[in-house]
Amino acid sequence: MRKVYHKIIQIAGNVITVEADNVGYNDLAEVTGARGTSLAQVIRLQDGKVFLQVFTGSRGVSTGDEVRFLGHPMRVSASENLLGRIFTGAGRPRDGRPAINDDMIDIGGPSVNPAKRIIPRKMIRTGIPMIDVFNTLVESQKLPIFSVAGEPYNELLSRIAMQAEVDVIILGGMGLKYDDYLAFRNTLDEHGALSRSVLFIHTASDPIVECMLVPDMCLAVAEQYALQNKRVLVLLTDMTNFADAMKEIAITMEQIPSNRGYPGDLYSQLAARYEKAVDFDGAGSITILAVTTMPGDDVTHPVPDNTGYITEGQFYLKNGRIEPFGSLSRLKQQVNGRTRADHRAIMDTMIRFYADYKETIEKQSMGFQMSAWDRKLLKYGRLFEEKMMDLSVNIPLEEALDLGWKILAECFDKTETGIKSDMIDEFWPKDAN
Amino acid sequence: MLENNTGRIVGVNGNMLTVEFETAVTQNEVAFAVLGDIRLKAEVIRVRGNRADLQVYENTAGLRIGDTVEFTNDLLSVELGPGLLTQVYDGLQNPLNKLAEKSGFFLQRGVYMHALDYEREWEFTPLAKVGDRLSAGSYIGYVPEGIFKHYIMLPFLFRGTWELTDVAAPGPHKLLDCVAKAKNEKGEIREITMVQKWPVKIPISCYKEKLMPVNPLTTQQRIIDTFFPVAQGGTFCTPGPFGAGKTVLQHAISQHAEADVVIIAACGERAGEVVEILREFPHLEDPRTGKSLMDRSIIICNTSSMPVAAREASVYTAVTLAEYYRQMGLNCLLLADSTSRWAQALREMSGRLEEIPGEEAFPAYLESLIASFYERAGLVRLNDGGQGSITIGGSVSPAGGNFEEPVTQATLKVVGAFLGLSRERSSARRFPAIHPLDSWSKYKSIVEPEKLAYAKHILRRGNEVNQMMKVVGEEGTHIDDFVIYLKSEFIDFVYLQQNTFDKVDGATSRERQVYMFDKVIHVLKSTFKFEDKEVARRYFLELRLAFTNLNYAEFQSARFRELEKAVDEKISERKENA
Repeated sequence: MRKVYHKIIQIAGNVITVEADNVGYNDLAEVTGARGTSLAQVIRLQDGKVFLQVFTGSRGVSTGDEVRFLGHPMRVSASENLLGRIFTGAGRPRDGRPAINDDMIDIGGPSVNPAKRIIPRKMIRTGIPMIDVFNTLVESQKLPIFSVAGEPYNELLSRIAMQAEVDVIILGGMGLKYDDYLAFRNTLDEHGALSRSVLFIHTASDPIVECMLVPDMCLAVAEQYALQNKRVLVLLTDMTNFADAMKEIAITMEQIPSNRGYPGDLYSQLAARYEKAVDFDGAGSITILAVTTMPGDDVTHPVPDNTGYITEGQFYLKNGRIEPFGSLSRLKQQVNGRTRADHRAIMDTMIRFYADYKETIEKQSMGFQMSAWDRKLLKYGRLFEEKMMDLSVNIPLEEALDLGWKILAECFDKTETGIKSDMIDEFWPKDAN
Repeated sequence: MLENNTGRIVGVNGNMLTVEFETAVTQNEVAFAVLGDIRLKAEVIRVRGNRADLQVYENTAGLRIGDTVEFTNDLLSVELGPGLLTQVYDGLQNPLNKLAEKSGFFLQRGVYMHALDYEREWEFTPLAKVGDRLSAGSYIGYVPEGIFKHYIMLPFLFRGTWELTDVAAPGPHKLLDCVAKAKNEKGEIREITMVQKWPVKIPISCYKEKLMPVNPLTTQQRIIDTFFPVAQGGTFCTPGPFGAGKTVLQHAISQHAEADVVIIAACGERAGEVVEILREFPHLEDPRTGKSLMDRSIIICNTSSMPVAAREASVYTAVTLAEYYRQMGLNCLLLADSTSRWAQALREMSGRLEEIPGEEAFPAYLESLIASFYERAGLVRLNDGGQGSITIGGSVSPAGGNFEEPVTQATLKVVGAFLGLSRERSSARRFPAIHPLDSWSKYKSIVEPEKLAYAKHILRRGNEVNQMMKVVGEEGTHIDDFVIYLKSEFIDFVYLQQNTFDKVDGATSRERQVYMFDKVIHVLKSTFKFEDKEVARRYFLELRLAFTNLNYAEFQSARFRELEKAVDEKISERKENA
């Protein structure tokens, strides 16, 4: 089995080709040369030729290097000892501690039988009104944060991670700036959360192929913990780097690109990862929060676009605030009917008025005369942005709902809100008109 | 085993295998790649010389050059027989619940199961007699399946005329029991069981003729039934960007539509959405029968993380099951969510085959495939004179929400109704987000055409006024125009928008729609007297509120009457007597 091959017949991009037989598709190999040993994975078999994607890149690989096939696909340890540890995308320790090799499992396993999933019913409280009230996060949800470079998306991610009540946090960093990685690690450490976390970090300076492994490594481990009845939160940042790494390999392999150079299976590839989010019937759950930076703030770019079709909503982070338009939690209906009776009414009404406010702002900027109604909207919009939208606001859901009624009562009278009369009777602040 | 019908693998690229063979292979025949003790299902999609390209319906990891492939000489087929209703299948008709019993949480590859329960007994009642001359699709007998008579038919694959030589007496039978025997003109005698197979990519055509779809299919969604109706046997599509509410709309239709059988093909979409159906449908009551909604449903579920080739097969599996029930004279509704994912599956395969790409790398044959899929819808007159229909509704997920892309455009050419969902409306939380100005339907509405035209006229004018107001401002707008704008907003809020999550408002019966639409039209046609715009705005806000309250009350209940009175009083408050 452990035959060594010496004949590398092609090196292109990060893909090398050897002539070998009896090699399984997706199997791993070790490429050993003068510059060290790297893992590589079979990505195509064609007659006698085997195409391998070299994890550390092909730079320095010589045609005379040794290739040894391991006879199994990529694996990761799923042992308890992973907690508190930090690894690279390929699973090597990054924290200077020994490698873990027990309980090895294949990554990228089969998908969950839909019949074994249950409808998620548990809200994840974040203390951020723009999430809790307007787009409630639900356990087992897969949700990206759409943002652009420069926005505090990693801060938002770690803040949610710290406040969410979960058993295990798994962080996957792809193309992460080194200081961002350190910031994550320090935040986890300060809050004492590192001991229940596992980190797979690919930094911007690491080989690109390892970037592609990060989500699969994280999710394979998450799945094992979830099967042991744990509630797992997986944080992935940034999935656009993952997609770009995939694009690079696809182009190297001379695949026909479908849209802006991305491979035709971008949707399926992203879905295979995001769909690992699950609430098991009779076991734990996996919730996925992922950052997707939008090149040029363009939501129609293939990466955010395909992501949006896969995930259960998205948070738009723009100008340091979670935008109410465009942001959406598809699972909120599962939980917001059972939080408090007025939750949905407040959510719908406040957003509607905020949309009207935006229109009024537009009119105002064009110099039109403001009607009495416009002035009410302006007052409302200002209050809404200040007291609700600001990311520094940190209050529980119930308080946020009360605040919502207060803002409404400060700006409008009962009829103007258009809320059903019985709701108004129950919740309209008593001290208001 | 047929030893000579094997080949060996010479290439593996993603889910595509290249296989060298020696004997004959058939295009689209099913083959199995042997990997240790498991066999992976595949389909021949191209033959060149002595090499065939196969798409594998499973993950191909571990396959090696030289591994054996067994050809079956069968096209990809589904099993048809009693017991299909209430089932949940994957794209290849594997029952997911039984798979879960067998292999637990995950969909292990290489595990295939019978679609139907061969052990279950069905109470068979014969309809045909010995000596009757039958053709494919003729009824031989029936078994009760839930609320329907499930007809046992002469298998669709039987060509020509057959004489019944034997038929079972009434009584319980298992699916594979022989319930009849028939002889053809050549004297060949064949046994007939209650199960038959049919290749999914070929339409079942055992009917006399296709008819013009005229009867509306009531979906209980006001904007659809009144404004952009769908006919029984018609086709419609719901394109929209993500988050515009395609799936919520499809769920609402699947729950409330007045069809006998509803088949939901969850094709390449989120598993969570299917789970909602799986878990909720059994507990929801079908108001027309008083039984569970699941009793009239079949769910084909090949979600986005399941193998992509099976996704391509799933829409065909779904439509074949619909055709089977249509043959029994039933009205079937097929909802495919989403046809774009199906098209993407075609694109992925086309890319691996290294075909010359068409627009956005979709294969050049995309249009004809979409057209022939939607053409499997229709109202037909069966051979016995009865009628059955298939209505197909496909959601489309255009890249970037841009309707100019190939899948949307190819779909628009072949459907009878276009329910375009807009980001603009969904952002403003105006659900269902079907755009009232862009959408169209070629089918007949449940309300009178003149009234409908008037309502559309007000919507269009209201939009114009709104656009104008953005330029000249409210103060520069004449009060008459302003009132038209308010009227268009009024109809939008009280009629076009509907709260799916409310028990009453979520489903508006045909009768109620006609009744309420008259009331809305009455408001639109009335002339009101207002001192200024502020008064007008306030008046319409109050009227809208009164109307919304009415929408939430059970039709013709005491509360409804009471609220209706409030609405009528509100209308006459400002109305000018013409």
